[in-house]
Order: sequence, then structure tokens, then C-alpha cells
Amino acid sequence: MSALENLTAEGKEMLRRDQVWPFLMPKQQAVDVSHQVILYVEGLNLSFDGFKALNDLNLYINDGELRCLIGANGAGKTTLMDVITGKTQCDSGTVYFGQNHNLLERSEPEIAELGIGRKFQKPTVFEAHTVFDNLELSLKTNKGVMPTLLARLTPTQLDRIDQVLEIIGLKEQRFLLAGALSHGQKQWLEIGMLLVSEPRLLLIDEPVAGMTAQETERTAELLTSLAGEHTVIVVEHDMEFVRSIARTVTVLHQGSVLAEGTMDQVQNNKDVIEVYLGEEA
Amino acid sequence: MSQSLSSIARFSASDLFKGKGQPGGRVAPFVVILLAVTVLASAANLLLPESSPFYVSTYTITLLGKYLSYAMLALAVDVIWGYCGILSLGHGAFFALGGYAMGVYLMRQIGDRGVYGHPELPDFMVFLDWSELPWYWLGMDQFWFAMLMVLAVPGLLAYIFGWLAFRSRVTGVYLSIMTQALTYALLLAFFRNEMGFGGNNGLTDFKDILGFDLQSDTTRVALFAITALMLALTFITSHWIMQSRLGKVVVAIRDGEARARFLGYRTDNFKVWLFVYSAMIAAIAGALYVPQVGIINPGEFSPINSIEIVIWVAVGGRGTLIGAIVGALLVNYAKTRFTAIMPDGWLFALGALFVLVTLFLPKGLVGVFSQLTERWFLMRNRSQVKNSSAEESDKPLSTGAQASAGVQTKEASV
Ligand SMILES: Nc1ncnc2c1ncn2[C@@H]1O[C@H](COP(=O)(O)OP(=O)(O)OP(=O)(O)O)[C@@H](O)[C@H]1O
Ligand SMILES: [Mg+2]
Repeated sequence: MSALENLTAEGKEMLRRDQVWPFLMPKQQAVDVSHQVILYVEGLNLSFDGFKALNDLNLYINDGELRCLIGANGAGKTTLMDVITGKTQCDSGTVYFGQNHNLLERSEPEIAELGIGRKFQKPTVFEAHTVFDNLELSLKTNKGVMPTLLARLTPTQLDRIDQVLEIIGLKEQRFLLAGALSHGQKQWLEIGMLLVSEPRLLLIDEPVAGMTAQETERTAELLTSLAGEHTVIVVEHDMEFVRSIARTVTVLHQGSVLAEGTMDQVQNNKDVIEVYLGEEA
Repeated sequence: MSQSLSSIARFSASDLFKGKGQPGGRVAPFVVILLAVTVLASAANLLLPESSPFYVSTYTITLLGKYLSYAMLALAVDVIWGYCGILSLGHGAFFALGGYAMGVYLMRQIGDRGVYGHPELPDFMVFLDWSELPWYWLGMDQFWFAMLMVLAVPGLLAYIFGWLAFRSRVTGVYLSIMTQALTYALLLAFFRNEMGFGGNNGLTDFKDILGFDLQSDTTRVALFAITALMLALTFITSHWIMQSRLGKVVVAIRDGEARARFLGYRTDNFKVWLFVYSAMIAAIAGALYVPQVGIINPGEFSPINSIEIVIWVAVGGRGTLIGAIVGALLVNYAKTRFTAIMPDGWLFALGALFVLVTLFLPKGLVGVFSQLTERWFLMRNRSQVKNSSAEESDKPLSTGAQASAGVQTKEASV
């Protein structure tokens, strides 16, 4: 008898309307940054046909930090971003977003959903879409098939897009096709696409390539203003630019970290002078 | 700022009928023309005496119905190829499966009127000494169930195929080859008598549909009209889908699938569902085609058929729904004409047409047409600007004018 009662009690529990069944619960949890670190990269190895693109790479990024990654061509900067965003599988190592999200077992869309946004080295915007549509597609919304089919822009979202258009200075071009933008404007649009998606962590690969001095300056301002609320990792070759924004700089060389510190520390580091800055001097 | 916001809101609400940006993307004019022609042709067949110069023969009506179902098939291919960049060279398979589902229903309507007079079994089964209907023929005498199968069987096949292919990230040429293999495998299967679909000869000698005689003029006209309606319906639905955010995602996948993934879209899901949608349109087209031409046989699965569809779309202009329809209508009209004169030359002519279009008209006929109208608009605008520039030059542009100027630049650069 009591077994039956138990069963009905359990049944009632199952049917409670103020609760969601466990298997329907979104698996998503907030990113746990209780140790102030938002990205843990440990012992990362990756080789392409025997060539070690990443070699026992360790990197820790603090929450709210603005970090610059520098390194010669082929040092593995883009490859590192590929691994973090799920585009490339690594051979060994771990990548954690906060303490609780193992990025290596997630797909690109899942990683994006967690709040990691990326700007590619070569600007990649949807050229057949208008500037406005590019931003609309990047909004932080439910990205399932059905919700997308029935999606309507809410006033808040319109406001957000308008704000971002203002920030990236493409207000006039909102109905222009992205393919018709200049290289620098495409870079800005891609940054704008990052901004509307409100990510926790931004991975930005060579943002100022092809920009005028003035545009570069504005990019520097923008990125510095983002840090704090967001965490930003910037890869850039333009040393002037790096110096203007950097607090901490990490130097990559042949797939591993060569040095880390402030711009001055890094610049005076013997190894760095030898392999990287030395080439320019 | 709030003014500019409301102007955007209005912009996106009204774009269903504006055909935002795409050349020839407007819905209403085409639907009106299609329905008007349908009504006129039907009336001319049913109401006018055969002696009248405006009389439209039943043969012509059936031919038109056939063209319209081809147009629907082209629409299906365009949705997946023109918008999503998936070159399916196997859409003939979904068309044929839809056709076979309808064919099985029509066979069951024959009842005991077959040559062998068996109360239940179709002639070919009696001929093969079968004693009862195979299980998959059961229930197919019910119209609603048969129509369900028209959608379900090709839809399920498309889902499974798409799920396997897109999940393993097969793209480009490999995917096209797989679709060819799919339709070729089905061709071979349906050739076999053991499949239970009439083998080599397929299904034919249909008598009636829902109790209406398939040979009568009224039924023919009704089938033609229904085909036109379904074409209009699928056209409007597809347009609506392509104008929605989903449509934008689909185009985004075509132009940069990796980028779309990094934005958080599970692109394989989008591709699978679009593929299923497209397969279902093809299947409906097949189901409408069969009662009008009176036969369905394994030849419909032949890989060359699927390639032909792609050529229709390319000729009309891929990536515009109207282009696919126009391409299918024109090429098939040309085919009817051409095969009457030189039956063996058609494939060569088709090949030549494809090469010419690819080389000289990458956007198809609709692309050329919209280029011409654009040039005309630009010229007219320029002369208008000249007339009014004196008084307007120092006024700032209103937001509305800005928006429309933006749209025009968009169109100009498409
Ligand atoms: N898919 C791949 N297959 C083979 N080798 C690759 C692949 N991707 C990258 N590499 C190699 O890995 C190395 C690291 O490349 P990566 O793009 O990460 O360099 P980078 O630091 O971003 O350089 P740059 O400053 O030029 O952008 C290079 O030598 C490159 O040739
Ligand atoms: Mg790089």
C-alpha cells in the first residue's frame, strides 16, 4: 500500500508544474570563474603531419583581462584560437572555460553559445547580406531551427544593433551589402558582430590589418573599453598597436609560450629579443 | 534615433511583398499572373467550343500541368542549391518517390477493372503469380493515407540521407556524387520486379482519382488547376522562409558555413531540415505529375533527370525562386519544341545551353532581366535627381529616403 502511495507521490512530483524535468533542463551552467581565471589552456599539443604547430602550450587568462598574443608568422596563434573555438581537434592537452566547461568536448556552436566569440584573421562577414543582417544574425538569441524561422526583432534587439552600428561607425552603411565594404570596414563589422553577441570571451585575430592609422586608434580605444566586462585576447603583429593597448603580453614561439609579462618586460627579455623582436631591430 | 528604429521595423514588416533586395524576388505579381493564366486556360478549355480560335485543347492543359509540376521541382532544387549551396543531383529521386506513392494509390483505384480482372491485385502482380498485396501497399487505397506517404517517404529518406551526410560534414562535389548514387541505387531497385512496383514497366493504366475519371476534360483541368495552386502555395511558403531569419541563416551557411557555426548556429540541423523541406516539395510535384502523364516508371530515377533539373534552375537564375520557375517553364517548352523536330539532339542542345549559361549568364535569365530594369531605374532616378536637386540639395535626407537609398545600393551590387 505504502509502495503505491510512494509511487503516486513520485508521480505528483514528476508532474509538478513549477519544475522542469531533469532531462529537459538546459545543460548550460554559468561559467565558474571563482578562481579569477576564465580560460585554462594546459599542455596543448597539436601536430600537422609531424610539424608541431602547438607544443606543450600553457596559457591562463584572467577574467576581465585584455591579453595580447604576439609571435612570428607560424608561431601557432591562429591555431590556438582554432583549438579553443572547436574548429581544430588537438592531439593532447586540456582547455577549460572557467572551471566547469571542458571546451575540447564541445562543438563550435556549443562553444559560441557558452559565450566565446571570435574574429577571424581574414575578415569573414556574410557578403551577400547587408550590414544590418550580419548583425541580426549575430544577436545573442535562441539559434535553433524553429525559433530562427519565427524570429522577429524585438525593440531591445533593434536598440542593441543600433548601438553597435554607432560604435563601429557603420550607421550610414546599414543597408549596404557587407561585400561592398572596404577591408577596414569589414574588420569593424566583424568586431560589431562580436559585440552584438555579448560574449564573455572575445578572441580577436589581427583586428587592425588593413586599417588606417585613425581606424587603428579607434580599434585600440574600443578594445580597451571592452576589457573588464569582457575578457579579450588579441593577436596582432602591429607592435605600435599592441603597445597602446597591452597590459599583459604573451609571446608565442614555435607553438609554445616563450615569455609573458608587461610590454617592457617582454621587450627586454633576452629570448624574445633573439627570436622575435630581434628580427626587426 | 527612435524614428530610425521605427523605420526599420516598418521595413522588415512590409518586406514580404517587397521582395527585399533579390532580383525578381516579388511574390504577388507572379502569383497573380500564374492564377490568371490558370483561370483563363481552364475556362478556355471547358467553356469554349472546340471550333473557337481561343479554345485550349486538353492536351495543352495537361502539358501545362506537367510544366508546372516541373517548375515546382525546380523550386525545390533552387531552395537547396541556390540558397544553401547544396548541389543536389538526386532530387529526381524525391520527385519519383512522390510519384510512385501517388501511382500506388491510383493502381488501387483500378480495382477489378484490370486486364486480368483480379478484385484486388494489380495486373503486374497477377502476372508475377503473387497471391496477395505486399504489406507496403496496404492502406494505400485511402487517399489521405497515400497523400501522407507522398510526404512521409521522401521526407524520411531526405532526413536520413541529410542527417548522415551533413553530420559527417560531406560537402561540395562529394555530396553531389552521393545524391547521384542515391537516385541511381533507387533506379536499380525499382527496376526489379521483386520490389513490387511494377519493375521495368512501372505503374500505369490508371482509371480514376477520388472517383473522377482521369480521362475526362474536367478532371484534367482540375489537376492542372491544383498543380498551379500548389506551385503558388509552395512559392509563397518558400519566399516566406527565405525572407525570415532562417532564410538569412541559410544564405549565411552557403557563403560561410564555418562562420555561421562560430555564431552558434548548428548548421547541420539547418541543412537537414531545409533538405527535407525541399524533398517534400519535389515529392508533391511528383505526385501531381503522375496522374497527369498517366505513368510512373523507374526511368524517373535516372541520374540524367536530376541533372536536367539543375540546368533548368541555372538557366532561370539560381538563388531567386522566380528564376527556377521561369527556367523550368522555358527549358521544358524548348524541349517539347526541340524533340518534335530532332528527338536525338535534345541532350546536346541541353548541354550546350548549360555551357552557354554558365559562361555568359552566371545569374541566369532573371539576373539579366533585373540588370536591365536596374539600369533603367538608375537612369530614371538620375534624371529625376537633376530636376529636383536644386531645391533638395541643402536638406538632409529623411530616414525613409536613406533607407530606400540603401536598398537600392544593395540591389545594385547584387
Ligand atoms: N590545417 C593545417 N594543416 C597544416 N599545417 C597547418 C594548418 N594550419 C596551420 N598550419 C601550420 O601551423 C603553423 C602555425 O600556424 P598559425 O596559423 O597558427 O600561425 P600564426 O601564428 O597565426 O601566424 P600568422 O601570424 O601568420 O597568422 C604554421 O606553420 C602553419 O603552416
Ligand atoms: Mg594567424
